[in-house]
Amino acid sequence: MPVAHEGRVPVISTIVLAQGPDWIQFDVEAFVSQFWSNTIDGLAYGSIYALVAMGYTMVYGVLQLINFAHSEVFIVGAYAVFFVLSALGFGPSAPNLSVAALVGDLVLAMLVAMLVSGLVAVALERVAYRPLRRRNAPRLAFLITAIGASFAIQYALFAWRGANPEPAVIMFRPKPVFEIFGATIDSQQLVIFGAAIVLMIITDMFVNRTRLGRGLRAVAQDPDTATLMGVNKERVIVLTFLIGGILAGAAALFYVMKVPAGVQFNGGFILGIKAFAAAVLGGIGNIRGALLGGLLLGVIGNYGQTLLGNAQWTDVVAFVVLVGILMIRPTGILGESLGRARV
Amino acid sequence: MTTSSTSPKTGTASEATPTTGRGWFFGLGDRWNSLPRPQQWAWLVPVVVLIYALPLLNPPLLTTEPGTNFPLALFDVARFALIAIGLNVVVGQAGLLDLGYVGFFAIGSYVAALLTSPDSVLWHIPYLWTLPLAMAVTMVFGLILGAPTLRLRGDYLAIVTLGFGEIVRLLATIVEPLKGQVGFQSVGHPPGTNSEGNAIFAVSNGTPWYWLCVTITIIVLFLVGNLERSRVGRAWVAIREDEDAAEIMGVATIRFKLWAFVIGAAIGGLSGALFAGQIGFVNNQKFDVPTSVLFLAAVVLGGSGNKVGVILGAFVVSYIPNRFVELAAYKYLIFGVALIVLMIFRPQGLLGARQRLLAYGRQAYLRIVGKPEQLSSDSSLKGEGDRIS
Repeated sequence: MPVAHEGRVPVISTIVLAQGPDWIQFDVEAFVSQFWSNTIDGLAYGSIYALVAMGYTMVYGVLQLINFAHSEVFIVGAYAVFFVLSALGFGPSAPNLSVAALVGDLVLAMLVAMLVSGLVAVALERVAYRPLRRRNAPRLAFLITAIGASFAIQYALFAWRGANPEPAVIMFRPKPVFEIFGATIDSQQLVIFGAAIVLMIITDMFVNRTRLGRGLRAVAQDPDTATLMGVNKERVIVLTFLIGGILAGAAALFYVMKVPAGVQFNGGFILGIKAFAAAVLGGIGNIRGALLGGLLLGVIGNYGQTLLGNAQWTDVVAFVVLVGILMIRPTGILGESLGRARV
Repeated sequence: MTTSSTSPKTGTASEATPTTGRGWFFGLGDRWNSLPRPQQWAWLVPVVVLIYALPLLNPPLLTTEPGTNFPLALFDVARFALIAIGLNVVVGQAGLLDLGYVGFFAIGSYVAALLTSPDSVLWHIPYLWTLPLAMAVTMVFGLILGAPTLRLRGDYLAIVTLGFGEIVRLLATIVEPLKGQVGFQSVGHPPGTNSEGNAIFAVSNGTPWYWLCVTITIIVLFLVGNLERSRVGRAWVAIREDEDAAEIMGVATIRFKLWAFVIGAAIGGLSGALFAGQIGFVNNQKFDVPTSVLFLAAVVLGGSGNKVGVILGAFVVSYIPNRFVELAAYKYLIFGVALIVLMIFRPQGLLGARQRLLAYGRQAYLRIVGKPEQLSSDSSLKGEGDRIS
């Protein structure tokens, strides 16, 4: 119990809901005492959600398709990170490297993961979705294909690597950097949050400022008119999947950084659902919304986890938030749009 | 549409079968539908008798032994058939993609376990009473989940239901009275003992469970079939084909979607309770999302919207892993790939849906115009694509 909060411990520190003493408990005391550290850690998790959410939101913005297999694009990237770092000599204990060498290794791993995830995303579009678009298939067919692709990739990984998670790769030991409201911010959280923000800004600028980005927004707004105006729709779609995949690859590095033993064949699935929830929360099809939604969901999930006293509650809280948002404001906080409003 | 030479004047038997170009096998459905009811019954009776006799016959090629006990494998098929029929109401009839169907299945299982297992602290009731109770409870859950989400666009429903399935599993893990992985031992079963004093519905004895499940499946099949031919069923098809048009034509879309969702949920709960009884043990390990996708694969594979199709799909999905045990580890991979391939090459499934109403319309068109009309899409998965070559 930190001294700072001693004066305002609530009178009822534990509220018991429903029948029996151990059904659901609200640990208000822990919630208050860990509020700021939860917030900061939630922002780090949220950055990962936000990066993955970008892939969902962009594909949705352009194709109105929930790309369920995006979570597998992400986890394939995590495998790439694992293999690159293992080959570079990283293992269950943090290596003794100079800062420059460490940064070099991590950047290499990130680039490989981006490449691999980007390629998987593009391949997915080619193999699974394009034939359906050619045939003008109904939306249900797209969704079923997406879920089928998600499972095909997941269980191909399972057949290859088995059910157990890969051994942990620790990149560096987090060191406290500075304090805010009594909560320390460590180097890991700072790196993840900072890098994610930079990547998001780059993506946002790409979509809003460049020629290709303009094409992308045009297709999102009205595919037929965009085609008439000379935008190559097919190329834009491939580009969308590619960007989503690249960001998922970057997210994979941060994910392995945060959860070193999390490289598992189905490790992306729940994270994918949460990232999608983040995209909806911020307003699907909206790039800035994905960032906002991701950060919010990371923080809310962490609060829920402390309040309810079990790490597994994070996921439950995330889903409840998703349903709640869909009920109250289905267009999300910032509204649906890729760049600009679509009618 | 390869055959364009058919004209009604030739007077051949092809009048009842709007030429689909799908070969004799797929024309079978049309020929079946054109038979009078008594004749259909006459054909059905031996088929049903054969289905009931299967565990006793244990036919050599079909049998799953020595890998899996054959009656138990058959129970598995029957259970999947029941699930597929239930999910078909949601996916095939109303065109709502429900990825959390396993959640309802799990709730049904837990209702049966909580009210019959000695490990549970709740009051106990006879097992057979848990079947309707499981249906009622899952209906309530279907209502709770469906009421807010069915107002949304269709694809949000997919992700919300996916989340729901996962929440049910997580709650079973976290909430203590549900006992997580420890689970509930010796879930109840229907009464009755054989001459030696052993329970007829023992865990290892698949045959009576299979018969029970087949009986329930047939009853459900009748009820659902009647529902499909009723006003409700027509409303579902209308919603599936074009929700906006249906709404404009006066169909209360949300209400009927909710009906489909709730009825599907109830059948899921029923199959869950049956499953819990047969296995005799319920914990949180059997209700993961992959199982849910397997259910969906059964519906889509066989042909969503077609009851015979989904039963075929259920058979494929549950029988193959039992028959070819070496494939069991790869079943999710296989069915995942199957879903992709199917959506590309045969989106309507192995046996596509044919809606009788639309078939009548086609026949009328045939008589008036004198040439076969383009086969309209009457499955939720059959797009315009087939015409674009």
